Amino acid sequence: MRARTPKRPKLAVWKFASCDGCQLSLLDCEDELLAIAGKVEIANFLEASRAVVKGPYDLSLVEGSITTPHDAQRITQVRKASKFLVTIGACATAGGIQALRNFGHVREFLSVVYAKPEYIETLATSTAIAEHVKVDFELRGCPINKQQLVEVLSAFLKGRKPNVSSASVCIECKRRGTVCVMVAQGIPCLGPVTHAGCGAICPAYHRGCYGCFGPKEAANTASLSRQLTVLGVSEEQRQRLYRTFNANAEPFRTESAHA
Amino acid sequence: MHKTISVGALARVEGEGALLIKIKDRAVTDVQLKIYEPPRFFEAFLRGRDFTEAPDITARICGICPIAYQMSATHAMEDACGVTVDGQLRALRRLIYCGEWIESHALHIFFLHAPDFLGCEDAIQMAKAHPQIVERALRLKKAGNAIMSLIGGREIHPINVRVGGFYRVPTQAELGPLAEELKWARDAARETVAWVAKLSFPEFSQPYEYVALRHPDEYPFNEGRLVSNKGLDIAVSDFEQHVVEEQVPHSNALHAKLQARGSYHVGPMARYSLNFDKLSPIAQEAARSAGLGLTCNNPFQSIIVRAVEVLYACDEALRIIDAYEPPPKPFVPVEPRAATGFGCSEAPRGILYHRYQLDAEGHIVEAKIVPPTSQNQRMIEEDLRTFIPPRIDLPDDQLQWQCEQAIRNYDPCISCATHFLKLTVER
Repeated sequence: MRARTPKRPKLAVWKFASCDGCQLSLLDCEDELLAIAGKVEIANFLEASRAVVKGPYDLSLVEGSITTPHDAQRITQVRKASKFLVTIGACATAGGIQALRNFGHVREFLSVVYAKPEYIETLATSTAIAEHVKVDFELRGCPINKQQLVEVLSAFLKGRKPNVSSASVCIECKRRGTVCVMVAQGIPCLGPVTHAGCGAICPAYHRGCYGCFGPKEAANTASLSRQLTVLGVSEEQRQRLYRTFNANAEPFRTESAHA
Repeated sequence: MHKTISVGALARVEGEGALLIKIKDRAVTDVQLKIYEPPRFFEAFLRGRDFTEAPDITARICGICPIAYQMSATHAMEDACGVTVDGQLRALRRLIYCGEWIESHALHIFFLHAPDFLGCEDAIQMAKAHPQIVERALRLKKAGNAIMSLIGGREIHPINVRVGGFYRVPTQAELGPLAEELKWARDAARETVAWVAKLSFPEFSQPYEYVALRHPDEYPFNEGRLVSNKGLDIAVSDFEQHVVEEQVPHSNALHAKLQARGSYHVGPMARYSLNFDKLSPIAQEAARSAGLGLTCNNPFQSIIVRAVEVLYACDEALRIIDAYEPPPKPFVPVEPRAATGFGCSEAPRGILYHRYQLDAEGHIVEAKIVPPTSQNQRMIEEDLRTFIPPRIDLPDDQLQWQCEQAIRNYDPCISCATHFLKLTVER
């Protein structure tokens, strides 16, 4: 058993329906990982460790969305055991890619994938953690940006608010000096309505933003939709653009219903 | 003696799983690798999506091996549309796959697997006793991620892979610093092979049927025929004629098996044993020095095989960078047609099979994805049935830890296995 140092806050990492990518971001902090491990006690992080320390936990990082009755129960237990709860990634903050079921019929989805669908226990929807319990901070992205994760952890350790921009991807494009792919090349781009955080990589790689950080605050999706129509994007294509990794986030969900 | 050993949540694997072992009168009566990862329905909601969207969407099946999904999907779509991607674009695909193998294998070797051999709960604990090893591990993993970031835009869910090639290709100047770090990584990988070879391995070996891709000229990433050491030799498009997935009453998951013979084993040990002759000389030499033969049948030694593959991937990445000239266009145009396409690539954990049926407009009509972990699951349970009896008198906690290790040998990725499901059979 490891010795516990009472001064180090206890960090727990939890997984719900997801691809594991956001918690992997923590292990991908190759330059910072050992420093982080020195500042906190990793008390529950199943992907990385067998050691499990009982709660309560000072900080819980929650990855994944709620898709089963059991998980809907489990998240309330995680909340009870956590002083601060931070959701990481598009699944936890918006229901993720698996929220595409919300626009169809889960029974029909089941029968396509499974030979004996009657054995599957699943909810008809995939929902964000904040729809079930109080969340203290949401970190966006599919996947999250690991520098932003380090910022959230540093802010927690210092007892301050995380300094995470709530601007749009457009602002990051300008900062990076990337010529607008939509204006210059007519490439459909969700940059104007998408939350910053990725560093505007897609336009820098000559493609339009596909919205993996979800909608920014007060996203003017109606205006973007008009522009997409001008560019010749069909209604069907437009719907698919909004319905990817953050399909159930309110502005994207509403706008996709108009298509 | 009548007891049940239950591991509520398996640690140091990707995704969520549990293990149940039932023992009666000193005999193993049941082994269940229980999977409670919720289903996410990728194959269902891919229907109706455009064929160009599959690489970005299927990448989200797994944050640990997104390139595997992007590669199997792009190749399947190009197969359907009758397009071949060649030359430097093909080489860049191998390069980004090298990045994924390096980062994923380094993660497994040092963070998920090695702590077992050293009696540690995790790599953080390991870092206290072996700081230099963990520092080397992190830098090696970072070298793999650097390839993913440069070629793909970011490490997890890269954005630059498209049907037909890439959105943007790197310049030679951009690859320069990558090559410098990879030279260090190649040395570090060689040292890693020597280090893991010195670990102590339980006596255990199984007469596996190994299945992997085999390509006439290269160690396999994206192309080849599916072969085994027991006579399988088929085109990728014949996969579903030979592999059946079935629901078995004692388990929570669909099990894949070869129709002709039953369980089979995919992953690094299968690739190595079927393709040793295609490894680069430096990787072959390191394998020999580590005491590996032309084949390896002890799954605990998969850690050595993974290290050999990391060395190969560093070497191959350097070869590709050295020969690189930017292609005239970052992609070849791909026009959809009504057809079915097949793709199979070598994810770090083994073969990942995709099949898509497209309509004339390029909409996906049907999708089928068989990830490596669902193929290995039956084999994992068989390993445990053989592994436990000689160890049956061990105290429960020790037996439990050893069984967990036997599962971790496979680097199972439960998030990947879209077909894993929760069965609630009453008896």
